[in-house]
Amino acid sequence: MTVRAPIATAEVVNAKKIPTHIRRSHWSWRWLIHVVVVVFIVSWFVPILALLVSSLRTQDDTASSGWWMAFIEPLFTIYNYELALDGAGVVGSLTTSLAIAVPTTVLTTVLSTIGAYALTRMRFAGRAALSLLLVSLLVTPPQITLVPLLKVYNDIGLSGTVPGIWVYQVGFTVPFGIFLIRGFISSIPNELFESASVDGASPLRMFRSVAIPLSMPVMASLAIMQFLWSWNDLLVPLIFLGGSQLPNPITVELAGMAQQISQGQGTLLATTFLSVAVPLILVISLQRYFVRGVLGGAVKG
Amino acid sequence: MQMMEFIENVPLLIIVGAIGLPIAVYAILGVGERMLTLLPGPFAKSLRPWLWLLIPLVLIALILVYPLLSTVVTAFFSPDSSTYVGMDNFIWSFTGEMVGVIGNNLLWLVVFPVVTLVLALLAAVFFDKVKYEKLAMTLIILPTAISFTAGAVIWTHMYSYQPAGATQIGTVNAVLTTLVPGAEPVPWLQTPFINNLALIAVAVWLSLGIATLILSAAVKNVAGELLEAARLDGAGELRVFFSVTLRSILPAVLVVITTEIIAALKVFDIVYVMTNGNLNTDVIANRMYNELFAANDLGHASAIAVILLIAALPVVFINVFQFRAEAQS
Repeated sequence: MTVRAPIATAEVVNAKKIPTHIRRSHWSWRWLIHVVVVVFIVSWFVPILALLVSSLRTQDDTASSGWWMAFIEPLFTIYNYELALDGAGVVGSLTTSLAIAVPTTVLTTVLSTIGAYALTRMRFAGRAALSLLLVSLLVTPPQITLVPLLKVYNDIGLSGTVPGIWVYQVGFTVPFGIFLIRGFISSIPNELFESASVDGASPLRMFRSVAIPLSMPVMASLAIMQFLWSWNDLLVPLIFLGGSQLPNPITVELAGMAQQISQGQGTLLATTFLSVAVPLILVISLQRYFVRGVLGGAVKG
Repeated sequence: MQMMEFIENVPLLIIVGAIGLPIAVYAILGVGERMLTLLPGPFAKSLRPWLWLLIPLVLIALILVYPLLSTVVTAFFSPDSSTYVGMDNFIWSFTGEMVGVIGNNLLWLVVFPVVTLVLALLAAVFFDKVKYEKLAMTLIILPTAISFTAGAVIWTHMYSYQPAGATQIGTVNAVLTTLVPGAEPVPWLQTPFINNLALIAVAVWLSLGIATLILSAAVKNVAGELLEAARLDGAGELRVFFSVTLRSILPAVLVVITTEIIAALKVFDIVYVMTNGNLNTDVIANRMYNELFAANDLGHASAIAVILLIAALPVVFINVFQFRAEAQS
């Protein structure tokens, strides 16, 4: 505190604002910072831009020149998108992905909130042990579950069905969801629950009218993260959705298209862009909730 | 027959899954609570938590706990799980062609977390110093919304290779041959060792946003007085970073490292789509997929999964340890 004693002269005040060595190398230091930041921005954005531009070029152009040439000799077409949407059945794949991701997201959020509420608001023997079990399951590699579940899924008829994917993705993420929401609910002041309790509210009533409304922001964070995981998941539908009559979910479809050369590159690029458009729009429009979720949870297997 | 129609009707699936099932869950809670009111107070009090935790715990038991234990057992049995084979599957996992696969995963385990951490630190610290930080952060977060599958397709095109002299249509080779005079284009995905690094770079591109977010939040929380004091003492900007900033954000650094280690362990999508493990790029998770589906060898697949689990255990311990420390404070 002694360092921050009131200082009168303007020069010293100035020195506090801009430390000496920065003042000395002000110009070159500033430039270095801008260069580094711009390099980051460009290299992280260019691949997405390249995808969009390439998907709007003709097959011949894509095969003979780089995507940046489209800015020099502009020739754009939506033909690739027409091919992808009409011929390649991408609409079917997108709807299958929705049929997986939307219920998975809602169910994960609901069940995690219920579990987190029980873990924070109720006292019972084994609560601490249960919390530890959930934390230790946070980073489980999904691979450890595949061999036995493949057999279980075949035995009970869940394999090749969309609800089978819900069950997997919800069960796999619920420990993370409980962990994320638990931290939020435990920060709700006790008095809010107590006053509701004095008014004679049942546990279910308190859950509905105190815990849920106050937890909405963190539930939104969990929902957007789970939607992204579910929409972007390849391994689980690849393994458990085989034999379904529905079109492949978009990730499985993309992986299949990428591995066979016979499909035109234009269709592949258009399909890829369609598959990333949904999560990109979500993250851009709900960035606040996404960021909060990342910072609140930090880890998931 | 009706069942078949249901599971192929997308709008119906969404309505049932996103509206019907949540209502059913709530109804179960309601009915359970009603039954609890019929019981004497203490009973109701001790049963209530288990009513609430019932569905989450059943799912966790079905999807995580039971399969985990079962896989550990299967790892000691023959391909069709009929006979006990002792350590054979594990010996197979560390010999012959598996040596290269494990080696590739070790490369991922070292290079991916280190590169991601260093770049994320750089981004977090430098973004903090510019006015357009929000734009920079948004752009660096964008790839984290993209699936690893789509990322793999995007980068297959970025890495596209034409022989020297021909027009380079891949961005990476075009930049390389333009910026560096006399540089030859590189077949990124075909050259041994280089191709592993090229795949890791894709994972870095896809993951850097999350790591930067976590570190950036920590950097902004470093006490301004500490930085000021160090600068007034004449410490250079690098010195301030290493002795003040880095020290204060160590917990966040640990979170990033452990997250990326787990991601490196179980990396699958990128390798499966871009090379399918050919040209010495195979990794454990892709190998496991092949053992499970192509070879139908449950013993090998399980042993590989158990190795992944054991490799993840240190991170599990760190998480548990930190959780207990936080709970006690």
